[in-house]
Amino acid sequence: MQLQSMYQEIILDHYRNPHGRGLREPFEAEVHHVNPTCGDEVTLRVHLDGDTLADVSYEGMGCSISQASVSAMYELVVGRSVPEALETGEHFMTLMQSKGDASVAEKLEDELEDAIAFAGVSKYPARIKCALMSWMALKDASARALAATTPTGGDEA
Amino acid sequence: MTQTVSRPGAGAQQVPLPLDVEAIRADFPILSRTVRDGKRLVYLDSGATSQKPLSVLDAERDFYLTCNAAPHRGAHQLAEEATARYEAARATIGAFIGAPAEEVVFTRNSTEAINLVAYALSNAATAKEEQFRRYAVGQGDEIVVTEMEHHANLVPWQQLCERTGATLRWLGLTDDGRLDLSDLATVVNERTRLVAVTQQSNILGTINPLGEISARAREVGALLLVDGAQSVPHQPVDVTTLGADFLVFSGHKMLGPTGVGVLWGRYEVLDALPPFLTGGSMIEVVRMEGSTFMPPPQRFEAGVPMTAQVIGLAAAVEYLQQLGMDRVQGHEEALTAYALAKLAEIPGVTVIGPPDTVARGGAVSFTVEGIHPHDVGQVLDDLGVEVRVGHHCAWPVVRRYGVPATTRATFYVHTGYDDIDALTDAVREAQRFFGVGQGEVS
Repeated sequence: MQLQSMYQEIILDHYRNPHGRGLREPFEAEVHHVNPTCGDEVTLRVHLDGDTLADVSYEGMGCSISQASVSAMYELVVGRSVPEALETGEHFMTLMQSKGDASVAEKLEDELEDAIAFAGVSKYPARIKCALMSWMALKDASARALAATTPTGGDEA
Repeated sequence: MTQTVSRPGAGAQQVPLPLDVEAIRADFPILSRTVRDGKRLVYLDSGATSQKPLSVLDAERDFYLTCNAAPHRGAHQLAEEATARYEAARATIGAFIGAPAEEVVFTRNSTEAINLVAYALSNAATAKEEQFRRYAVGQGDEIVVTEMEHHANLVPWQQLCERTGATLRWLGLTDDGRLDLSDLATVVNERTRLVAVTQQSNILGTINPLGEISARAREVGALLLVDGAQSVPHQPVDVTTLGADFLVFSGHKMLGPTGVGVLWGRYEVLDALPPFLTGGSMIEVVRMEGSTFMPPPQRFEAGVPMTAQVIGLAAAVEYLQQLGMDRVQGHEEALTAYALAKLAEIPGVTVIGPPDTVARGGAVSFTVEGIHPHDVGQVLDDLGVEVRVGHHCAWPVVRRYGVPATTRATFYVHTGYDDIDALTDAVREAQRFFGVGQGEVS
């Protein structure tokens, strides 16, 4: 059975006991993202302190991969600056595009922490978007939060 | 929500199947391949698209090998032969549903056929030709659908209403997965211009009582469009007794090629509709100032048609006719009864849709307590069992039954009891893998 390569114990742990789950105040931006082919959903809030992600809070429903991914992401990005977090998101995207290439996972192992467990998902094209949904939501929410908190960053005059 | 009828010990019965599954499987080479490290392919996703028998592939290949040309153009011999094959296929496909050839319009699929009608109804409002305005839809008019529709038979009507100012109304669903017709007389009323309803739900498997709906549509002078994408492949359908004005279906769901679908319409109605897509081969006279159009079906077939696919679909129809649509239906009914009984034996499994085979086809949707359908599907796939997971392009239905998505198994002529055993074994394996079921939920 190949399933264990995708459903690592770390993933199932995050799914059963999600970290940082629940929507919290304060926040500067809230986004709702869906995976339209299957109905996975996440509502995600970002609270900034300067350009640091002081909190990322979320509610969601969906498959184990999508829900475990947002939990692992929470652990990885809170307390980091937005550019750092988005760079990590880019690296997570690289991992998802690796088609199971172990050398890619090896290089990213230290940076991605628990999220490296999603390497096995990259062999299943239909599930990659489940794993990426929360990272897309974070990118969207961070951009909106920065626009809302940076005096010169928004259009509102 | 439909409950699983728990019948421990009742036992799923394998009555003799009307079709010879082993012989039929030999006609579908793809079924002999393996998946996921040598597992037998258990294809339970015919509702999404069906596999194709060799005779269909051969028909398409033969057309390209012997008489490929653009039909209805040119006077050379190949063009004549291509035209003859194309029109013979139209007659074959028409006869399959009891329709004369001139009432059969080829489209890309059911989705395009529905869009063709929806756009014709809004184009009618602005048509300069008086003859095309008869079915115009505008402000104050109503279009009726049901909560059970595939997005293909819902979104085009929402869009028609947005373009024209008409109002969309719908019939709801009962808890056991059937249409709620208690307010039929008020929802379908003298303002209704068209009722669009599926003959068989792609997600619940429900077969709808079209007679009652048709009678009410007739009473108020509304058109009736029947979505046959999930019925025409699986049961005898005869437009002379259907009571509809339009029937749509897709070739690829009935053993035929992708890229060809059918719009059947009563000739009188088709003849009063303006075109949807315009261009070559649908015109009568073209001048720089304006053009006139051919009668149906050519009026609705702009451009060089999908000739090889149409010929392939005729071969698919002949294959189904040889099996006999009554036997196809009986085959799937026996499989559905067996699948429902086997699934009912698994604690934590809930069927979404009618719990028995009364007015029900071979699409069985279910949830497994404690495991998201995506994860169920992943374990099934690992064991070679290919099903559909998600909302099945019928998002309002899963919302109605309070589930995020379902796992759906659909059956066809090559499906046997062994496939259903593989399905239920795999569901139990998913429960074991995720540590749920047998009364324990992690």
